[in-house]
Amino acid sequence: MIRKLLVANRGEIARRVFRTCRDLGIGTVAVCSDPDAAAPHAVEADESVRLAGAAPAETYLRADALIEAARATGADAVHPGYGFLSENADFARAVIAAGLTWVGPPPEAIAAMGSKVGAKKLMAAAGVPVLPELDPAAVDAFPVLVKASAGGGGRGMRVVRSAGELVPALESARREASSAFGDATVFCEPLLERARHVEVQLLADAHGTVWALGERECSVQRRHQKIVEETPSPAVSPGLRAALCEAAVAAARAIGYVGAGTVEFLLGPDGGFHFLEVNTRLQVEHPVTECVYGLDLVAAQIAIAEGARLDPAPPEPRGHAIEVRLYAEDPAEDWRPRSGVLHTFDVPGVDARFAVPPAYGLRLDSGVESGTEVGVHYDPMLAKLVAWAPTREAAARRLAAALRGARIHGVVTCRDLLARVLAEPSFLAGDTDTAYLSRVPGLTAPLADEAGVRLSALAAALALAAANRAAAPVLGRLPSGWRNVPSQPQRTAFAEGEVAYRLTRDGLRAEGFEDVSLVSADPGRVVLAASGVRRAFDVARSGDRVWVDSVLGPVALRLLPRFADPAATLAAGSLLSPMPGTVVRVEAVPGDQVTAGQPLVVLEAMKMEHVVRAPRDGLLERLHAAPGDRLDAGALLAVVTPREDEPAGPA
Amino acid sequence: MGVVRSRLDPAATAANREAMLARLAELAAEHAKALGGGGPKYVERHRRRGKLPARERVELLVDPDSPFLELSPLAAWGTDFPVGASVVTGIGVVEGVECVVIANDPTVRGGASNPWTVKKTFRAMDIARENRLPLVNLVESGGADLPTQKEIFIPGGRLFRDLTRLSAAGIPTISLVFGNSTAGGAYVPGMSDYVVMVRERAKVFLGGPPLVKMATGEESDDESLGGAEMHARVSGLADYFAEDEHDAIRLGRSIVRRLNHRKPGPAPLAGYAEPLYDEDELLGIVPPDLKTPFDPREVIARVVDGSDFDEFKPLYGTSLVTGWATLHGHPVGILANARGVLFSEESQKAAQFIQLANQTGTPLLFLQNTTGYMVGAEYEQKGIIKHGALMINAVSNSRVPHLTVVMGASYGAGNYGMCGRAYDPRFLFTWPSAKSAVMGPAQLAGVLSIVGRQAAQARGQAYDEEADAAMRAMVEAQIEAESLPFFLSGRVYDDGVIDPRDTRTVLGLCLSAIGNAPPPAAPAGPAYGVFRH
Repeated sequence: MIRKLLVANRGEIARRVFRTCRDLGIGTVAVCSDPDAAAPHAVEADESVRLAGAAPAETYLRADALIEAARATGADAVHPGYGFLSENADFARAVIAAGLTWVGPPPEAIAAMGSKVGAKKLMAAAGVPVLPELDPAAVDAFPVLVKASAGGGGRGMRVVRSAGELVPALESARREASSAFGDATVFCEPLLERARHVEVQLLADAHGTVWALGERECSVQRRHQKIVEETPSPAVSPGLRAALCEAAVAAARAIGYVGAGTVEFLLGPDGGFHFLEVNTRLQVEHPVTECVYGLDLVAAQIAIAEGARLDPAPPEPRGHAIEVRLYAEDPAEDWRPRSGVLHTFDVPGVDARFAVPPAYGLRLDSGVESGTEVGVHYDPMLAKLVAWAPTREAAARRLAAALRGARIHGVVTCRDLLARVLAEPSFLAGDTDTAYLSRVPGLTAPLADEAGVRLSALAAALALAAANRAAAPVLGRLPSGWRNVPSQPQRTAFAEGEVAYRLTRDGLRAEGFEDVSLVSADPGRVVLAASGVRRAFDVARSGDRVWVDSVLGPVALRLLPRFADPAATLAAGSLLSPMPGTVVRVEAVPGDQVTAGQPLVVLEAMKMEHVVRAPRDGLLERLHAAPGDRLDAGALLAVVTPREDEPAGPA
Repeated sequence: MGVVRSRLDPAATAANREAMLARLAELAAEHAKALGGGGPKYVERHRRRGKLPARERVELLVDPDSPFLELSPLAAWGTDFPVGASVVTGIGVVEGVECVVIANDPTVRGGASNPWTVKKTFRAMDIARENRLPLVNLVESGGADLPTQKEIFIPGGRLFRDLTRLSAAGIPTISLVFGNSTAGGAYVPGMSDYVVMVRERAKVFLGGPPLVKMATGEESDDESLGGAEMHARVSGLADYFAEDEHDAIRLGRSIVRRLNHRKPGPAPLAGYAEPLYDEDELLGIVPPDLKTPFDPREVIARVVDGSDFDEFKPLYGTSLVTGWATLHGHPVGILANARGVLFSEESQKAAQFIQLANQTGTPLLFLQNTTGYMVGAEYEQKGIIKHGALMINAVSNSRVPHLTVVMGASYGAGNYGMCGRAYDPRFLFTWPSAKSAVMGPAQLAGVLSIVGRQAAQARGQAYDEEADAAMRAMVEAQIEAESLPFFLSGRVYDDGVIDPRDTRTVLGLCLSAIGNAPPPAAPAGPAYGVFRH
């Protein structure tokens, strides 16, 4: 029996494993890097061990440090989660060699599936349909896909549509594979256009029982990474399902698989399917299978690691589940990762966290809470939200509504896009393939349209007014902005536009809003009636940032200061003359790299020399001083700009 | 608990309401004149120079969404000078501190001071002194209006005296100089505790280049004689150098933030209730003909917290209502005329009530609708003068702060007994329905007629009835016009004509402002218990 389990991972998957451990009475051990010291997963575990550093290579990829952490805390088992070392056979062996229980498949199975070229050969031998492997030197039919044998996450992958592109694509794929995986082996496959990504969840015990828990459809992807997953697939018939499951079980048996795993297939538009790879770990999207099959896959992994037997047959599926992955990425900016403090993270109506809801409902697996700082070091996935409902339509509707109603402040996410996808007609028709996101226009538009942003800004201004009144040390209960001789409106300037309003005896007068009346205004909530339609706007503020959530869609605003401090408007890094004086010497020239404290200019005033020093390391961009110059106090002397930040480490 | 039960009949008051709304429309039109400043042409020119109009400066100075009470907006009404008297004054909240703000309106004849400007400014400074409110001057004035200098020059010296006396009394004075402040005007920043000047805009000197040239032959320019940079770096007259107008206002706000201002009085009660009745009904209470009495309890019910009014001596001297309430959480004693006339009983009741308020340090609110003290042999013989004097004595020597609202009539010595302007209430506001005079216009014309007739009889001459009728009509019209609120407000005999619906807000703001000064000290001389007369 496992007594105490260390999760060699972070974020939502660590929390998800801990939830099952708590249910089972197993002690929990977290590991955390320096930037994760206050992360929810580290805080809520019974014990946590700091891994010094930030980059994955210094922390979550350090097998020795992880095993030492288990030893230090007396943990007797290790769960690898997904990503990081989850598919690293050497780590699995090291865990086992340390006398710990490895909650995962046998190292040999991991190793066998680690090479895509080798895996394909094994599968083909077991009778699983595979795409033919093409000799890169002899490709004659296009398009083809170049893949790295050791690859994953789309790296080392190239689409080649003509013979002329092939050689450069091979070379660049080899370079990328070599640097990313330390293995330059690449291979070619025919490219299936408009294919779907379908995968089968497996659960195998050590006694020969293998369950195939239906398929998951994961076709909605950006950069070969899934963002929407569901089960069952709208494209899979019962007959096809049986064939897929049979193939997956055959694959598992071929490699002596034990534990939870996934066999991924490409499903062509013709209904033909081809083996892609085996993921020898728990998948990110496992919650949809858990919901529909009423299972706890982590509990099953632990039981199997403890030697338990599976029942002869898996449970029957019920209903439909869809998962979305909420990433701190901006789809409108080519999915650029975003960071910052997540001031608010609140999804109303959640029925269960890290667990199957007791009845059809909403499940949230989140690695973050309100106040979490989202950094740049790791995968930018914040949370997964799952709706489980009797039908696909019902699940999509529930999930879209939950996304629209979520309050997510401080970090840009792909929430708006996910909500749009779940209401988009071809998605609802089940017409998705791996090119869906690039094919359907308009998905990156924010949920709130221009009119919604304007009304939200008005609501924000009125909420700020209510906050001003509530905080007023005197006259706080007199009417807001009262004037006996009114001459002009109150003005609130946001970067997104100015709001001008007066609160009069006869109600709200807002410039540019014809038929809008104020029903109520509190610092956190404003109710407006626009053209007879009443809507509530929830308003939150932190510093100069204001967030408005309403049925019109989430809106983030930036409050502009009433007064600009001239000192603050000087270019950052500007150096001003501390007193009137004469320049005696200049110690640097523009273009120099200077270090903090280095003398730049020497001034003489009142027979004393005053040294003006560089305020920081950086580039001396400008210098407005030459020997003999007479300068006034406050005159701009020099501008030092900081060095470009070092590029961020690998995520 | 004394919650007032309103007996107001909305149907019966519809006509009153119509009349009041018509007067409010007239008031709005007069206020619009003050808001227009020097007119679109001069306002535009001012803006083109990159300058803000006076009220925009004030709006930027005060805290966002805070209330602002403009004072004497009708000053100079009915004179040769524009309504508003080329200056904006008021009470506003700056960084959480109630301040008196005085802002020259440079679009009106360059912001030059005329006799009404001076009167209005002095009134604002009196309010700063009595209530210990920091004073912020937004300065841009071309100095005195020279044609009327005889009325400004000698009394106007008080401006500088009062600035430094405020400072000496521990009331901070701040000047933000946006433009001209020359000659005598230079002493406004000169006498202020804190001075901010705007780069390339402020111009502060005793004599400009032409005068200097005439006096000493020296060639000079504006900047070297009085520019902001010169004063900030060389003369030291400017404590802060502002990049522009916004920056000056930012600096002004930061100065107030660092005054460490504390209100000494008790804080208002928290959690008080709003009146139970709609303030809108205040429009229908006062009849257009002031001969018709109205129940002031209907007003009180729409002004005090929770409409909760504990009446004192309700069965005695019933022409005057007295009692206790709170208004925006501030305790207050109220004296309100019920049927116009003050008899001996009302006078005695008032004197007792004022003494009680002084015993507990409770501010008093006078709601005026009085035709004066009763005349006639019976009343003279019963000592109406003694009793009127008793009441005036009590009002005059009361040490608690007084507030007065003239709702309707304010005639004769009733104006005095009910704390008219001469009795120095901290604040006095007028409803558009009010009239103040030594007596009613018809009565005054009638008295003149009787006196004239008697004089003619004494000389044995025939009385010219035609001339008498013409005289009576003329006198009545003149007295009527001179007893109306705009006229009196124009002479700065009140602090403004207000919409009756704003009464609660205005009084709440004033009671809060009053709380910046410590409660009145006990009298130094012999003290007696409260007399029941």
